[in-house]
Amino acid sequence: MPLDTKMPLADAPFQQVGARPVRPDGVDKVTGRAKFGADQKLPGMLIGRVLRSPHPHARIRAIDTAKAGALEGVKAVVTCADFPDIGSGEVMAAEGDESLRDIVANVMARDKALYEGHAVAAVAATSATVARKALSLIEVDYEPLPHVTDVEAAMRPDAPLLHEDMFTSGIEPKPEKPSNIARRMEITLGDVAEGFAEADFVIERDFKTEAAHQGYIEPQACLASFAEDGQAELWCCTQGHYFVRNACARLLGIDVSKLRVTASEIGGGFGGKTTVFIEPVALALSRKAGRPVRLVMSRDEVFRATGPTSSTSMWVKAGVTKDGRMTAGEAVLKYQGGAFAGSPVEWGAMSAFACYDLAHVKVIGYDVVANRPKAAAYRAPGSPMSAYAVESVVDELATAIGMDPVELRLKNAAREGTQAAYGPKFGPNGLVATLEAARDHDHTKAPLGPGQGRGVASGFWFNFGGETCVSMNVAGDGTVTLSIGTPDIGGTRAAQCQIAAEELGIGYDQVRSIVADTSSLGYNDMTGGSRVAFAVGLATIQAARAVIEDLCARAAKIWGISPDAVVWEGGAARPAGPNAGDFDPLSLADLAKVAANTGGPIAGHSEINAEGAGISFGTHIADVEVDKETGRVSVTRYTVIQDAGKAIHPGYVEGQYQGGAVQGIGWALNEEYIYGEDGRLQNPGFLDYRIPVASDVPMIDTVIVEVPNPGHPYGVRGVGETPIVPPLAAVANAVKDATGVRMTTLPMSPPRVLEALDAALGETGAEGGEA
Amino acid sequence: MVRVMLGGSLKTAAGGTSEFDLEAGDIRELLTRLGELCPELKPRLDKGVAVSIDGRIYRNAWFEPVPPESEVFILPRMSGG
Repeated sequence: MPLDTKMPLADAPFQQVGARPVRPDGVDKVTGRAKFGADQKLPGMLIGRVLRSPHPHARIRAIDTAKAGALEGVKAVVTCADFPDIGSGEVMAAEGDESLRDIVANVMARDKALYEGHAVAAVAATSATVARKALSLIEVDYEPLPHVTDVEAAMRPDAPLLHEDMFTSGIEPKPEKPSNIARRMEITLGDVAEGFAEADFVIERDFKTEAAHQGYIEPQACLASFAEDGQAELWCCTQGHYFVRNACARLLGIDVSKLRVTASEIGGGFGGKTTVFIEPVALALSRKAGRPVRLVMSRDEVFRATGPTSSTSMWVKAGVTKDGRMTAGEAVLKYQGGAFAGSPVEWGAMSAFACYDLAHVKVIGYDVVANRPKAAAYRAPGSPMSAYAVESVVDELATAIGMDPVELRLKNAAREGTQAAYGPKFGPNGLVATLEAARDHDHTKAPLGPGQGRGVASGFWFNFGGETCVSMNVAGDGTVTLSIGTPDIGGTRAAQCQIAAEELGIGYDQVRSIVADTSSLGYNDMTGGSRVAFAVGLATIQAARAVIEDLCARAAKIWGISPDAVVWEGGAARPAGPNAGDFDPLSLADLAKVAANTGGPIAGHSEINAEGAGISFGTHIADVEVDKETGRVSVTRYTVIQDAGKAIHPGYVEGQYQGGAVQGIGWALNEEYIYGEDGRLQNPGFLDYRIPVASDVPMIDTVIVEVPNPGHPYGVRGVGETPIVPPLAAVANAVKDATGVRMTTLPMSPPRVLEALDAALGETGAEGGEA
Repeated sequence: MVRVMLGGSLKTAAGGTSEFDLEAGDIRELLTRLGELCPELKPRLDKGVAVSIDGRIYRNAWFEPVPPESEVFILPRMSGG
């Protein structure tokens, strides 16, 4: 039964959707009962450990594992020889559509170690102590090579080359020499020269951002068990256990259906758990040892070997007329994506000017490799950086013409029908509504104290739907179990229970939602891209409506009338009208009780490729206070305003807004990968890589705007990506307002701010300037 | 006849050509014809793209009808974090 997602938006008042029920996973999580990746145990389980390269770039001449393998208690050792050498053509469809060759080369280094922390071998032993000892006995013959970690340096013709076969794509004719530039891409709309000629003021700036890690609290962890008959089980914390299954099966050369993957509870992901690192290694060790193997990353390993986002170097130029009409936008974006191609520069380029109705746009993007861990997705991949640069320049345009920055944005905001620089015309969207809400919010009108400043910025994300499969089963007492295939990171189970209850007309506490393993449901795309509330919601609606159709058919049989003469209202089957007959309603519980006599178990399911996701916009307001003696920036007030289409569980939506804002604040003020001259990461731990804690930020205020998405019967839009897009610029604009200094490098850490303030003072003899 | 425009980086992949007129009733036909008209784009099409029809974006929907007068853009496949 296809679900018509183009149906008119529901106009009936909701009973469950929009409420704030208690989360179904809450008790387990606050009591410690919830099982995360490292909590799973099996009899005879071995402990796995990974040996990692100490060099940022080195040829691997030989690996001798003989001594390690001979150590008492060691049951298996694996190297790249235990994984296939895959050609370049195959792609794993996932968040970044990764090359399988790159996935396997990242899982276990083959000819070269491409970054400090790159896995080169792994052991499984009877204890962690033995495993660590075994690692020390593995002899790797390295030939250290020159390295490069900075994006601009990596692009130079004389830079150390990571891949001898990397020729920049997107350039005609094909370059004759390889380089670290994997790809050049370009987006154009109109003619920027014409647009800048119309401008009264043109501002251009260079910007740099450092790599930030997703900062999930739970490190990657898994337990693998490979049986003698070739069937395998894997428990792991991941955003997409179907992707993990498919990738691992391919890397281990087994049938996909022979591997069952169960997703544990997950302690955060934010895009960082959308690929595989240790999972294929644990399976390979288990297959070799004939025993279950648990592999858990340390925090140090998480920092050194899993994907942060890109560091960037950007140039942005924009023009405006005296009366506030923006005439053109241009940018060059250089994103370093770690040791393999696939930085999110394309998304950064496509989203850079998406908030504005511009006739002339040109963005050039470069995907660059460097001797760093391979970048992974991080909320709205690529967009926060380009938004930081563009929204900073837009702020300066407002200053240049003496216009309020919100008014300038309102005057130029993308609306329904606006042609996006990346292609299509936008559908209904909430950007103007978020800007109007910002303009009218009491935050905007509140007075600022001494040394304080206020900044505003907007942001955009695309959102998508994707492959989704759910199953709904009605128990004999009329309660319902909903099986979904997407790990619950942001409240999926609660929201889906609400949707199921809404459709069926029953109570929220009469529905239980579980995350099923890969053998229990058809394929599901990952939890990512702000897709789950939208796409799984569509599938749940469809499954519930299949159940209702079945229930109405059974009621019709009981009453001896046509199924067409039965309607489902208020949680019960009822005659459609007086002509249908006079029968007492049959509730879900009534019909469930007689299921055996009316056709057997009652169930509904849905397998869809959800299309029609709605785009997302948000606007943030930040107040900061800058200590001019120390350079410390404190966020004193912060407000997130974002379009949710329709908030299923407003509490979770607010949580997404707050979490994205705090992560963006951390990226803006403190978080950065710091590399030494030796190419080694200097701060692989939360003491030195400082993410904001509760005492660092004020309570993040939120405003949920609801401009319905016409592609969903309730109007739902994804909300998880967009909140991290505006904070970098909102905070930078606030710092500019507070100090007069435009910070063009992130993070705005105390030493960097102090240096910028001192430089501005030195150059001008007064405050104000650019740094 | 449907006018198909390439969005995002796909213009670069097609050697700078950004508009194609072709006969197609649905997305599958559209992508097949496009691959024939522009062989250098075929690897990107095979890898997976998104198709925007009048602003509504489809990631994998072979049989979605493409009305003759609609605005069609081919875009990189959407993902997220």
